[in-house]
Amino acid sequence: MTSIEAHVQQPYKYGFVTDIESEVVPAGLNEDVIRLISAKKGEPEWMLEWRLKAYRNWLKMSEPHWPNVKYGPIDYQAISYYAAPKKLPKLDSLDQVDPKLVATFEKLGIPIEEQKRLTGVAVDAVFDSVSVATTFQAELAKFGVIFCPISQAIREHPALVQKYLGTVVPHNDNYFAALNTAVFTDGSFVYVPKGVRCPLELSTYFRINASSTGQFERTLIIADEGSYVSYLEGCSAPMRDEHQLHAAVVELVALERATIKYSTIQNWYPGDEEGKGGIYNFVTKRGKCAGANSKISWTQVETGSAITWKYPGCILQGDNSIGEFYSVAVTSHKQQADTGTKMIHLGKNTRSTIVSKGISAGRGQNTYRGLVKIMKGAEGARNYSQCDSMLIGDKCGAHTFPYIDVRNNSAIMEHEASTSKIGEDQIFYLRQRGLSAEDAVSMIVNGFCKEVFKELPMEFAVEATRLLGISLEGSVG
Amino acid sequence: MLAVKGLRVSVAGTEILRGVDLTVKAGEVHAIMGPNGSGKSTLTQALAGHPAYTVTAGTATYDGKDLFALKPEERAREGVFLAFQYPVEIRGITNSYFLRSAVNAVRKHRGQEELDPLDFLQVLEAKLKEIGWDDTLMNRPVNEGFSGGEKKRNEILQLAVLEPRLALLDETDSGLDIDALKTVANAVNKLRAPDRSFVIVTHYQRLLNFITPDVVHVLADGRIVKSGGPELAHELEAKGYDWLRTGALVS
Repeated sequence: MTSIEAHVQQPYKYGFVTDIESEVVPAGLNEDVIRLISAKKGEPEWMLEWRLKAYRNWLKMSEPHWPNVKYGPIDYQAISYYAAPKKLPKLDSLDQVDPKLVATFEKLGIPIEEQKRLTGVAVDAVFDSVSVATTFQAELAKFGVIFCPISQAIREHPALVQKYLGTVVPHNDNYFAALNTAVFTDGSFVYVPKGVRCPLELSTYFRINASSTGQFERTLIIADEGSYVSYLEGCSAPMRDEHQLHAAVVELVALERATIKYSTIQNWYPGDEEGKGGIYNFVTKRGKCAGANSKISWTQVETGSAITWKYPGCILQGDNSIGEFYSVAVTSHKQQADTGTKMIHLGKNTRSTIVSKGISAGRGQNTYRGLVKIMKGAEGARNYSQCDSMLIGDKCGAHTFPYIDVRNNSAIMEHEASTSKIGEDQIFYLRQRGLSAEDAVSMIVNGFCKEVFKELPMEFAVEATRLLGISLEGSVG
Repeated sequence: MLAVKGLRVSVAGTEILRGVDLTVKAGEVHAIMGPNGSGKSTLTQALAGHPAYTVTAGTATYDGKDLFALKPEERAREGVFLAFQYPVEIRGITNSYFLRSAVNAVRKHRGQEELDPLDFLQVLEAKLKEIGWDDTLMNRPVNEGFSGGEKKRNEILQLAVLEPRLALLDETDSGLDIDALKTVANAVNKLRAPDRSFVIVTHYQRLLNFITPDVVHVLADGRIVKSGGPELAHELEAKGYDWLRTGALVS
């Protein structure tokens, strides 16, 4: 089995450090640091007040320890909450971007230069605490689509931000969401106007570079009535012996008949074989189907991070609204993941679909935790949940915690779960047909994840399968 | 084609084969018969290279090459095919994609151009026509939800498409009703060729009513105790295996 495990546990390819002059705020967290962040972003007073309110709440809260993960105490005073390259471009002028930043993103496969941009995809590139470039902004503006760093949105579109920010994930939602609200630095803002089908895939790439810092991204996406948007985030970080904290908040709002498709390819540094270093990925993601017939679909491929703690969920408020969650989570070496979703059915005839695929290798621990809640008024609600676990080797673990809370008798719930193990006989069968051991594992893992990969935008499905070290099944046949 | 000499094989520390000699010439069909637990399946698994089967002594020369020096996938690419007694299921992968990957692994090894999905479909259709089958299994996930008969048929279809030079059939007849047995046997007969050899492992003589072997061997207690022509199979059907086992012990 060693060759199978070795294949899954490939070396991390994005672990380089960019040597760039940065401004890093001294470690520590207090109201002055929050005022400093707010001032650096040129924020209005209401935003600072909101941050401080969240901070004061956070002080009274305690870190959650119910997830099925183990880690030492986090010293919040030892983290720097703001780091930014010194030479930053003026808005909309990529010529002034430090060539080192351009080269960094190019190395990560995210070209931001005008002539090299990915076709069909607009990218917001976030480096530590700041957005360094957002492509195709002007082209999108022609359709009325706003796609910009959230710090820019707070300054330029305050009415929209104020109307929706914190309405899906309140400032005191949970410990890490409160921390994020207090200290968030950058992330993306998207607004798609009524009836517009966003002509490009929107994408944000988050890169942690500075050491001893945390990254606190904040993303807000609003799809107005009858609109459609597909958004994807990717991320990576250097290999370091220390653990770094990434506590993000993502809020999605879909108004009547709007559809938001949100995909994540999470590849933060997972730590080494012995569990030294790696990112703590403690994230709150939630979407609200506010209007009737709206739809929010989450797809995530989680391969990185030492610890992952995230439950992208949907509040199905509008009648006939649809929530979806498709997930592949891979844990190898000593990685731990406790991930799943929350589907809260409020409106009539609301539907949710959950497909979770957990792959555990090495000494990895993989937990699916999901809540499906059918409220009293959710007449005719339906849920389908499927949780599949795959074990590679005999030192890893898979755990499933489905929670179901039904308060309306008309609900129809289906739940399926399976656990399988890649076995010697399966590998041998494929090798006997001429495939190498590596290709055999790839094919088995690929087949296992197929229902999730087919939900990814085509450009990123290739990236996702490559990340798992597996070749994509031909689109024909 | 294949020359096995003094082959000893252990599984989890227990010796199953205790010195097997077997020579198969190009174009020949050999039947290996014997009671349960005599080591018939072990012989095919060891020749194909299953890692759980440890070769402790002996040699196997295939086409002039030392078979045991090759990895399982290398043996497959060189033209050794094993039709499994218990084919495994692969979720989410269609039979046609799987088969195309296998064909391309072999073609790549031979320095031939790999087939794209459309080219492959043509090859597949020609093969199906040759053996007189339809393509109902092709777009289903590999062996998932297949009946016992469908799984065995699928193995023979793979054999047909991969065009091996040495085909090892491990109890392909087990679990088949008489109609399925005929279907599979007819396909095998059509695939017989001057440069293709078969080693057919079976517990019962009934498969050999439809496939006439050139040589029949009896494997008992890890050794080949008797070899003969097709008539030996009929003799076994009438007399059972016990008379040979006793003989084996005496000799």
